[in-house]
Amino acid sequence: MSGRAALAIQRWTPQSVAAVAVLGVLALVLALGPLFLDANAIDRLTTLFIYIILAVMWNALAGYGGLVSVGQQAFFGLGAYAAIRLSSFGLPVYPALVLGGLLAGLVALALSSFALRLRGGEFAIGMWVLAELFHLLVNLDHLINGETGISLIALNAFGPEARRDYNYWLALGAMVALAALVFSLLRGRLGSSVQAIRDSEEAAASLGVRVLAAKRILFVVAGAGCGLAGALYLATAISFQPAGYFSVQWTAYMIFMALVGGLGTFEGPILGAVVFFVLESVFGASGVWYLVGLGATAVVFALYLPRGLWGTLEERFGIRLLPVGYRVTTRRPAPGEPASR
Amino acid sequence: MIWLNQVIQGVLLGGYYALIACGLSFMFGVMRIINLSHGDLGILAAFLVWAIVEHSGMSPFVALALVLPVMGALGWLLQRTMLERSLRAGVLVPLLTTFGLAIVIQNLLFLEFGADIRSLAPAIGDLAYDSWGIGSHIYVGHLAALIFLVAVLMLGGLQLMLARTPLGRSIRAIAEDPDTAELVGIDSRRVYAAAAAIAVMTVAVGGTFLGMRATFSPYAGPAQLIFAFEAVVIGGIGSMWGTLAGGIVLGVAQNLGAQIAPNGFLIAGHAAFLLALGARLARHRLKGLA
Repeated sequence: MSGRAALAIQRWTPQSVAAVAVLGVLALVLALGPLFLDANAIDRLTTLFIYIILAVMWNALAGYGGLVSVGQQAFFGLGAYAAIRLSSFGLPVYPALVLGGLLAGLVALALSSFALRLRGGEFAIGMWVLAELFHLLVNLDHLINGETGISLIALNAFGPEARRDYNYWLALGAMVALAALVFSLLRGRLGSSVQAIRDSEEAAASLGVRVLAAKRILFVVAGAGCGLAGALYLATAISFQPAGYFSVQWTAYMIFMALVGGLGTFEGPILGAVVFFVLESVFGASGVWYLVGLGATAVVFALYLPRGLWGTLEERFGIRLLPVGYRVTTRRPAPGEPASR
Repeated sequence: MIWLNQVIQGVLLGGYYALIACGLSFMFGVMRIINLSHGDLGILAAFLVWAIVEHSGMSPFVALALVLPVMGALGWLLQRTMLERSLRAGVLVPLLTTFGLAIVIQNLLFLEFGADIRSLAPAIGDLAYDSWGIGSHIYVGHLAALIFLVAVLMLGGLQLMLARTPLGRSIRAIAEDPDTAELVGIDSRRVYAAAAAIAVMTVAVGGTFLGMRATFSPYAGPAQLIFAFEAVVIGGIGSMWGTLAGGIVLGVAQNLGAQIAPNGFLIAGHAAFLLALGARLARHRLKGLA
């Protein structure tokens, strides 16, 4: 090392600038999807977008905030329930869906002071208990008819074709907006704070990181994101049965997607959601064996590939498509040349 | 009188909760991990006992005696193959692996035994419904009393084992400071595996008694985990007799809730848990300010 002047902090690589550009174009092409895709493809893609939202949210919590929640279905269910409620009050159905989803974020804000004081496993199961409690409380609302549930009838104002396209655009827009939000948060001051917290909470606090405030932002964003996903799912499924929405299965899916894609990498959960989506399309019909496979795969990844598919690729090939971290390099790499490690 | 009866039934139910909770508390005390497949392991044991009873017609108690060593071996194996590696990878990985394991166990049980709800009650004859009447309104079921007694014996046994036996000493040393314990010649791998085996055997007993006092199905594990966890947290993590107290508070809260409203059973239990947790956090905060 000849001198300090040769060191540089690298945040973007030419590779990642290109990746963001490609993703931008991809989002635009997807936005035009209803013009050239058939109805089935639109439905399937809408589901994929919802999965991506869920995976990105759970990863923001666990992969960056170190908060393993087994209760994110609380927000998924509350988002859908709030949309039903708002619609019953006479709010137009699509605004009700968006607002309902975001209201789940408000619930997360209210819970945060309590929930975020719990540690590790306590937080994990504490969130689960909260999800169970919300499920029971929602069942008390006569509008819902207990476990029988209710349909979002207001959606009938739109024909099936129009509804399909609106759902698709809404899901796409929500996915892009939430992913961009998490990306910019993690690239900013919050990103450094939460990673310091994840590695050692005490050390981070002693350096002046406001631990609770940083975790709270992630918790609220994840709550709102999962709430929006729940509302979107309601828009596609139309019917709301509490047990289906407040099922721990949703969190199981989130864990699987984040783990397999790569916990603590930004791109990982997106890849994980795609993998999960493909697996579900291929093996979903084989029912219970498929679920056994999901559980076993999650165990294997947690034990042997903790950085997931993306983290492993990233390490091996030095790719950085959507970098949220900082890298110290000895010189700026020439355009096109792989970044040094 | 109805209320007094609900309290008594709640206390007895607390014995069951202590039974399923003590392994969870024990494992957390020793290894600092919360096993999210704890409830499912209990249900697995209940199914094994049920299968033996169905095929041979023997008493569930004898069947449990046969199943216990199998569950102990399973706990040992679990520690050696999964938990040991998880523990080295940090505090979050054990949660992820045990959650994955829970899903595997539930769905394998479903594949083997189907969705039917099972019970061991028909196999224990009079014990399932006999009771002592106290006055005209209060009945204490023989089975409920037996479960409470077993819970007390098991908690006492664990306490005695920790206090008096060489294994107990090793476990306490490891729980206190694993590195130093290794230095003085304790094999932490063996101690951890023994602790996991004990924890899984205790929940096997719990799962079997669940089968006798009520019903179970392949997906019944998570609910048992939540009850167990609530009892542990209310009673204070890592304390054996606290677990019994926590189970009793949970059981009483649930029964009083059920008396107030038909769906009050679970809500009141969760509320009691959240109140206990909130009170503890507030106390910590006050201590922090002082």
